[in-house]
Amino acid sequence: MIQALLTVALVVVSALAVAKFPRSVLVFLLFQGSLVFVYRAQIPEWLRRSLLAVALLVLMPAIGYFNGYYLEIATQVGIFVALALGLNIVVGLAGLLDLGYVAFFAVGAYSWAIFGSPHANVIFGGGFPLAGWWFYVFLLVGLGTAAITGILLGLPVLRLHGDYLAIVTLGFGEVIRVLANNLDKPINFTNGPKGITPISRPPAPFGLPYGEYFYFLVLLIVVAVVIVNRRLEDSHIGRAWEAIREDELAARAMGVPLVRMKLMAFACGASFAGVMGVLFSAKQVFINPESFTFLESIGVLAMVILGGMGSIPGAVLGATVVTVLNLQVLKGFSLWLNELKNAGVTVLGYSLADLPTQFEPAKYERMVFGVILVLMMIFRPQGIFPARRRQRELAQPGG
Amino acid sequence: MSLFEARSVTKRFGGLTALHGVDFALERGIASIIGPNGAGKTTLFNIFTGLYAADDGSVTFRGQPLLGLRPDQITALGICRTFQNIRLFSNMTAIENVLVGMNSRIALGLWDVLSHSRSFRRTESDLAARAIGLLDRVGLQANANAVARNLPYGDRRRLELARALAAEPALLLLDEPTAGMTQGEAGTLMRLLRGLVADLGLAIILIEHNMRVVMEVSDRVTVLDHGEKIAEGSPREVQENVRVIEAYLGTRGAGPRGARRA
Ligand SMILES: Nc1ncnc2c1ncn2[C@@H]1O[C@H](COP(=O)(O)OP(=O)(O)OP(=O)(O)O)[C@@H](O)[C@H]1O
Ligand SMILES: [Mg+2]
Repeated sequence: MIQALLTVALVVVSALAVAKFPRSVLVFLLFQGSLVFVYRAQIPEWLRRSLLAVALLVLMPAIGYFNGYYLEIATQVGIFVALALGLNIVVGLAGLLDLGYVAFFAVGAYSWAIFGSPHANVIFGGGFPLAGWWFYVFLLVGLGTAAITGILLGLPVLRLHGDYLAIVTLGFGEVIRVLANNLDKPINFTNGPKGITPISRPPAPFGLPYGEYFYFLVLLIVVAVVIVNRRLEDSHIGRAWEAIREDELAARAMGVPLVRMKLMAFACGASFAGVMGVLFSAKQVFINPESFTFLESIGVLAMVILGGMGSIPGAVLGATVVTVLNLQVLKGFSLWLNELKNAGVTVLGYSLADLPTQFEPAKYERMVFGVILVLMMIFRPQGIFPARRRQRELAQPGG
Repeated sequence: MSLFEARSVTKRFGGLTALHGVDFALERGIASIIGPNGAGKTTLFNIFTGLYAADDGSVTFRGQPLLGLRPDQITALGICRTFQNIRLFSNMTAIENVLVGMNSRIALGLWDVLSHSRSFRRTESDLAARAIGLLDRVGLQANANAVARNLPYGDRRRLELARALAAEPALLLLDEPTAGMTQGEAGTLMRLLRGLVADLGLAIILIEHNMRVVMEVSDRVTVLDHGEKIAEGSPREVQENVRVIEAYLGTRGAGPRGARRA
């Protein structure tokens, strides 16, 4: 009861605080933290659900009205949550280490980028871009294309395990990126490193601003992805994946069709990335191969590991933490340091204005990130919200 | 037509001939395969279940050739097994292990799972009930939610049996199911197997080192040595067979159980 009151109060206060100080990074972090608290607090299920619904459906867009950048952060968090959940199926459930996951995101993004922009005229003659409503069709096209790509990747790597699998998928990710970079000749499919722009956006309903529109669309897809993930996990399909991860040979002998289940894992994981890719290209209006580097794949993998492999809440939280850290905390810290510099503040007799620009925290994104990962692996290798089964595995001495 | 028939099965590992033209047939009941260490008993099971490819010979089940089929296809046809060195899904619970064993009997598609269709919900609750029933049958009902790895040794063996039964096999292959059990536990298990044969009409091939168990429970016994079948018949006949006594005593100077690897 006290917990329930506390939780409600926390959400309300943090939301009010964001409205009052729309620029403060710390206050927005407080708001995000309150959502995690809602998730963890021991309160009735209906209260938890309504609080989360109010926060995500009402408060967050309202915050976006005061500070559009926060809505942008929330949208990006959502995109990465969906990616992390997709990769979670492949790595966390089926135990197939995939280092080229972002390739499927690229496949989805390029499928809409090409047909949703005048660029397709170069390939097919006239008639493009497709009308905005085709975007919704392409959410499915992106899903299908990515799933097929996932199967194509899956076929040659079926016999590979662990390190070998990781290397091949890494190569696959690079192949897709290099293709995007070089398929501007002889037929210009991807426009090479210059990228494709302008990519059409769908007509937003109710005259919603695009920031809000994409936020709601991402939220909708994330909810769908979470449901799909949970249903897969709690079915014979999820159990078959777990069994493959535990003991492939025994799983085969117990009647698990190995090839089909592995391909299904690759296809399911890839399809989430494909959908988000389509959305990403429309949201960004411009895409080029730089958005789909190896580091992105590693980033998504880090989200899954940080959150706890095989755990759905883990993937959600991992994606949130990493994205917020990159976009908000480190950038915010840099801004703050810059303000201090400009104000001519001195620390222990040292003028901050003399600090070389190399010391800007934003430049240390990857390093801070790496340090956090290392610390996590040492002190909490099972992740923030570990899957029950992972907990059991790590409880066993000698892994 | 026999339920299960293997003809001149041969398997080589490099220069070693692990099986050399082995014939084997089973109609019903319990058939045991015995033989000293390295005789090729487990290899035979691995070929029967599609884990190894045979170099020569044929295997048929209800008239259908098995060689060349995948393990999951063979399981779907109605043959399931346990392993000599228990291979459970150790971080899954007992009931989850059994549920995985039912995989080949589930006719649901991806869409049923995603939409939680009526047939999905009905199937899931049926499966859970059946899994509990199987755990009950092997005496593990109280441990349904225990993590497999944490179960005592004997329970893990019995869980593996329940998992194999979950595939609804017509033929069950058990690789040393009583290894590491006391004589009492082994006796209980054998009564359970006899019950399965009587109730479900199950046929069982048993690899065993425990001679007392073998003599008590088997309808027929096949003896392998160095990859060759050296004797076959009723337990009594085999026991008195000169070649068998030689294989166990003559060349190795120890009884059957003394011949076991330590
Ligand atoms: N995968 C393999 N690769 C190479 N040699 C193998 C392989 N599997 C089995 N062997 C060899 O084949 C022979 C038969 O082995 P198998 O495991 O079938 O014996 P077994 O009768 O089950 O013995 P045990 O009573 O010790 O279980 C042994 O010499 C063994 O070393
Ligand atoms: Mg053996």
